[in-house]
Amino acid sequence: MNIPAALARLAPHLSARATTAVNARQLSGGASLETWAFDLDDGTPLILRRRPEGAAMRETAAPLAHEAALIVAAARTGAPVPVIEHVCDPEDGLGEAFVMRRLEGETLGKRIVRDAAFDTVRPGLAHRCGQVLAQIHGALLDDLPSLATSDARGELARYEAVYRQHTAERPTFEAAFRWLEASAPEPVTPVLVHGDFRNGNLMVHPEQGLVGVLDWELAHLGDPAEDLGWICVNSWRFGQWRQPVGGFGDYQALLDGYAAAGGREILLSRLQFWQALGSLKWGVMCLMMYSSFASGADPSIERAMIGRRVSETEIDLVRLMEAMA
Amino acid sequence: MITCPTAAELQAALTLFDRDDAGPADPRRVFLARVADNARALLDREATLGEAAEAGERARLAVLLGVEGDFTDLNRQLCDALRSGAIEPRDPALLDHLRATAIARIAIDQPGYCGLEALLGD
Repeated sequence: MNIPAALARLAPHLSARATTAVNARQLSGGASLETWAFDLDDGTPLILRRRPEGAAMRETAAPLAHEAALIVAAARTGAPVPVIEHVCDPEDGLGEAFVMRRLEGETLGKRIVRDAAFDTVRPGLAHRCGQVLAQIHGALLDDLPSLATSDARGELARYEAVYRQHTAERPTFEAAFRWLEASAPEPVTPVLVHGDFRNGNLMVHPEQGLVGVLDWELAHLGDPAEDLGWICVNSWRFGQWRQPVGGFGDYQALLDGYAAAGGREILLSRLQFWQALGSLKWGVMCLMMYSSFASGADPSIERAMIGRRVSETEIDLVRLMEAMA
Repeated sequence: MITCPTAAELQAALTLFDRDDAGPADPRRVFLARVADNARALLDREATLGEAAEAGERARLAVLLGVEGDFTDLNRQLCDALRSGAIEPRDPALLDHLRATAIARIAIDQPGYCGLEALLGD
């Protein structure tokens, strides 16, 4: 499939002043989704998200049109998200895809937590993340496309089942499953949960701070503390482990921002439960990604090496279990 | 033996990567080359530290479980004991074992990972 040519044909439908698309380039070639950047010849900067032909969907992933509808719904809450310009039809020749505005900024956590360019916005970023999460969680459920619902016990059971399908024998995971099962919080009224709110999916501008929440593929209805805990998982602190929120802020700033924007009260212990479950989930995901190497489906060195990231989640889980012992 | 992947699997993936080393330097290739360098460094560390790590793990398992056996067998017994509830997840002796194991594994897999400093630094 010739993506640049298809985008050029689509251009006049995206803007009345455009005749063609230029500078089309693939930004990332994930196994489940491709991201392309391109410009219209009237200067409009855009992004194409598309599912490659024959790609397996992530286990819980929704169709892309669904993701686009979610982003539109999230925009109505005031949360910063890219503007959806077009959901592709079969006649667009791009397969399952949508087009959105391209935001300016950085998604690489390593740069956001370290580069001097972000020194100005970094101190306010955790508070801002709290505010934005409160906005997302305030979405009216009637506005949303249909979504799966889960809670702490459900998520635990789901990931334990995935782990049991694997032949790996990891005592730290076994201990963590039993520990978290015993300390799982009672369910609350489900809200819209982004499901992957962390460095990598947050577009941060050096002056404007958080300007876009990306990748809504894993959104669902669930416990609001899930999103607050996930961004505190140590695997995306990029060395800045003393700053639990994404390597750039502390728990209180996140919770204060959440409360300031009208979010319901969330106890730190509930957040930390979800943080620990987040480390465990990420560990199981690493094992699953390694499985695609072991089965021969993806023989790349990347898929082999990700299996050795399981130990990072184990060291984090041991620390969390010791702290609560 | 460390599994998921084993050192042999990593070596096989590296061999495959090096064999294909004819393509243009596209961003994906540059990224994979960096991953390959990390894999080579990991294999060097495992060659130096792997045997002692496994011996230490096996010895701790034998004490914790009060039985003798090879590493794979004892490790499986510990997993079963945790799953059945025979050993509590926050049993201090268990946590000592998991802590020592995590430290020895991260020294091979990812010695720069900040979770190590966090665990030791508290």
